[in-house]
Amino acid sequence: MVMDPRHRLKDHFREGRLVSNRLIFAGIFSLLLFGIIIFRLVMLQIVDYEHFDSLANRNRVDIEPLPPQRGLIYDRNGVLLAENIPTFSLEVIPEKVSNLDETIAELADLLSLTQEEIDAFNERRKRHRAFEEIVVRNQLTQREVALFSVNRHRFPGVDVVGRLIRHYPQGPLFAHAVGYVGRINQQEMEIIDRQDYKGTLQIGKTGVEKQYEDILHGSVGYRQVETNVQGRTVRELFSQPSTSGQDLYLHLDINLQKAAAEALGEYNGSVVMLDTRNGGVLALVSKPDYDPNAFVTGISSKDYAALRDNPEQPLFNRALRGHYPPGSTFKPFVALAGLELNAVTQQTRTYCPGFYSLPGNTHRYRCWKRTGHGHVDLKSAMAESCDVYFYDLAHALGIDRLHGFLDLFGFGHQTGVDIPGESKGLSPSREWKRNQRNQAWFPGETLISGIGQGFNQTTPIQLAHATATLGMMGTVYKPQLVRATKSDDEDGLQLLGAQQSDSLPIQKSSNWLAVIESMVEVVHGKRGTARHIGTDLPFEIAGKTGTAQVFGIAQDAKYDAETLEKKLHDHALFVAFAPVEDPEIAISVIVENGGSGSAVAAPIARKLIDVYFGIETKQEIEGDESITE
Amino acid sequence: MSQLLNERRNPPRTMSHLQDRRRVPRFEWNAFLQRMHLDAYLIMGILALLCFSAVVLYSSGGEDLALLFRQGVRMTIAITVMIILAQVHPDRLKDVAFWIYGVGVLMLIAVLLFGTIGKGAQRWLDLGFFRFQPSEIMKLAVPLVVAVYLAERPLPPTMTRLFVALLLIAIPVLLIGKQPDLGTALLIGSSGLIVVFLSGVSWRLLTGFLVLCASAAPVLWYFMHDYQRRRVMTLFNPESDPLGAGYHIIQSKIAIGSGGLHGRGWLQGTQSHLEFLPERSTDFIFAVIAEEFGLIGLIILICVYLLITARGLYIASQAQMSYMKLLAGSIAITFLVYVFVNVGMVTGLLPVVGVPLPLISYGGTSMVTLLAGFGILMSIHTHRRMMSP
Repeated sequence: MVMDPRHRLKDHFREGRLVSNRLIFAGIFSLLLFGIIIFRLVMLQIVDYEHFDSLANRNRVDIEPLPPQRGLIYDRNGVLLAENIPTFSLEVIPEKVSNLDETIAELADLLSLTQEEIDAFNERRKRHRAFEEIVVRNQLTQREVALFSVNRHRFPGVDVVGRLIRHYPQGPLFAHAVGYVGRINQQEMEIIDRQDYKGTLQIGKTGVEKQYEDILHGSVGYRQVETNVQGRTVRELFSQPSTSGQDLYLHLDINLQKAAAEALGEYNGSVVMLDTRNGGVLALVSKPDYDPNAFVTGISSKDYAALRDNPEQPLFNRALRGHYPPGSTFKPFVALAGLELNAVTQQTRTYCPGFYSLPGNTHRYRCWKRTGHGHVDLKSAMAESCDVYFYDLAHALGIDRLHGFLDLFGFGHQTGVDIPGESKGLSPSREWKRNQRNQAWFPGETLISGIGQGFNQTTPIQLAHATATLGMMGTVYKPQLVRATKSDDEDGLQLLGAQQSDSLPIQKSSNWLAVIESMVEVVHGKRGTARHIGTDLPFEIAGKTGTAQVFGIAQDAKYDAETLEKKLHDHALFVAFAPVEDPEIAISVIVENGGSGSAVAAPIARKLIDVYFGIETKQEIEGDESITE
Repeated sequence: MSQLLNERRNPPRTMSHLQDRRRVPRFEWNAFLQRMHLDAYLIMGILALLCFSAVVLYSSGGEDLALLFRQGVRMTIAITVMIILAQVHPDRLKDVAFWIYGVGVLMLIAVLLFGTIGKGAQRWLDLGFFRFQPSEIMKLAVPLVVAVYLAERPLPPTMTRLFVALLLIAIPVLLIGKQPDLGTALLIGSSGLIVVFLSGVSWRLLTGFLVLCASAAPVLWYFMHDYQRRRVMTLFNPESDPLGAGYHIIQSKIAIGSGGLHGRGWLQGTQSHLEFLPERSTDFIFAVIAEEFGLIGLIILICVYLLITARGLYIASQAQMSYMKLLAGSIAITFLVYVFVNVGMVTGLLPVVGVPLPLISYGGTSMVTLLAGFGILMSIHTHRRMMSP
């Protein structure tokens, strides 16, 4: 026991030194380790500072597009035809969602999405890339917005987005003129400046909306925002506001448009009314029509199929694309050709026995009046729409000269109206027939062309345009829907101005006057086919009725309207301009399967004239069924 | 006996010193601290870190005063624990060392059997009124028991005693590793091994042990959980999995690197405020400091850590008994190891193991343990001269 403490004492001193040495070693070793740490920090913070600083900025700064507000569209009275209304939609950015199916399932629970909506979403998903927002549901109610907002933390990558969407307050009335916007599709993606459409989901698809896309769209703005890791905006750093698109003021008049649509009633067909003095399109109606609002947020494929497969073809713009044989409405132009090219004179008289035969041929080309008109001159032939007079005239002209002259009035050509999709129609010629059919031109076909049948195909706007040219005695204005634009930074409207494209090379004004006079006779003459619309007017109307056969009726077959299917009824046509002295408007009316131009089409034109000139008619003008062609 | 002899080597000047000062009529800080068994240098270092912690947490926590208040409460508790432990004479700790250790091991077993699961690991023991991690007790119990055990006999220890000491370390380490809490297990293991190292084990044996450890690595790999393996793998190539396991490291490197020399300034850190940086108030708070205070701020912070450690090592060298030296040395070095592991993890030098930055990170558990350790250090230092009757 004595040895033990002494032994320990010695050890204790040695132990103390041993441990202290180890402590010193540990201290030095620690300093070394922290040397490594400091070295590492210098590497990160000094040497690679630039690299990490730029990474940090990329982490936090996001550039968000500020889509411009689309320009509004007004009619000539300032009535709103296309506006932007706020709506909330639920959108997903797939890239930011870890499990998309699960998220959608939970959203379906929360907002009771239908299976149809989920399918539609999945369909959209295939067409979009992972970083693009995809709509789950449009037009959320206030309650749905609130419900989602409360649960938003559960759904990273999903957000309620407030947007302005296009709305057409007039519904179907302007569907074929103004058109509609819809989701930007793949083909459009390739054409547009993608930069300028960042954040914009819709683009003009048809009508004015498509034609004036550049003006209506405006230009995109940006804002730099700080975002957190979930991509949610924390604060704005910088913003460059977008420039709203320009507003458009159209020539279209809602009153005329309404009157035309009403007057057409249940008929399919088209009404085009032009301002003869500048080519402004005052009314452009194509029936049946559709509600353009259905397309704005993406029409379901079922609804679209229903529209597309509807036998009445509501999506088809008859005013621009409908091919109709012009029938007798062609006669004023043929007459003018005859006078100008010296095939006939104003005094030339032809005998109408009810049919016409080419020399050396027994085939009888019938006049619509089987008993014949007797002796007719230009005026009476026009007023009573005698076919034989025009068979003879066409025969005298020949197809080459006739075709060449009709070319001047734009038959077989686009009018150049400022909405897309216009058809050229068809003005047949020898050359055309050889190229298309590989057949020779038969003289009989010239006769049929002379009364606007046969191969002739015109569109309603072509007819209106040609009638306006006739009324203006050769001054040609390009039909135009848009009258003026208005941008935010300018006061007042910027008028687009009339586009005079041509003056026809017709020398003798007496020829014009003779034809116009004969057209006045149609409306105001004692035997005029449209005389029932010529009453109670402070001015004169020049017009021409037409009834175009939908299909050829065999020789001498009795045409029985009652027994034929409605689809096989003749198309009723009417063209007119007024007032005769100083024309302001030109109209073409085509009523599909309307039967008689005189009875069905002419009263529609009169109604529009009444609305345009503010004429109060005492009695409803009824089509006179007794007058037929 | 030995105490008396020791007194002779370091004559007690304390009493006369106190008497001299008593003549001056002003508050005697040194005397007060001595009587409270506190160490002025350690207190200053700790308070500096805690104040800095509050400043950083205000920024990283999104300027949340409630969060700051909660942390303030924890700081108060931790400081109280430190002061209480400073009053306990080291010999009392020596007496109860084995008891604490034994109870700790039992609780670790209990955790494995009945523990609450949090964040995928079973670490918490819920006593109904109180939830705590028994592994925290072991952070102090392991070095204490190893120091006491080894110092019972002359140092350096014999092979047999060395083996027993390693066993004492291995039991809790394996139990904690099983929870699984790899980070804590490694830290506790290292705190025990530091005692072994300080006890004067020959360099030859140490080298042999290191070789053994290196060869054990593949075995360890085999027993690792998938997420642990992934963390080690992504350490070597964090960009390989930027949205998964590598995300922490990439984001923290960006935050540190973008801080530059001067930092973006307090409350100006974008990575942390915009929520790119995960665990920004806890394990990754170092990156927030790096981003907002730059390299200069970090070097100052590291210097404070080094100074605290240096003071701890000084206390260890001045301790009178071997077990005190071993324990104090272990506490001081382990503190620095914590810092090193956390900073190494945040800077991408070490795997992500989930070790908080000592005295800065948000959270109470590790702070209480650390300050308890400092309480023991102070106790060792301040009871030095009071031992004579």
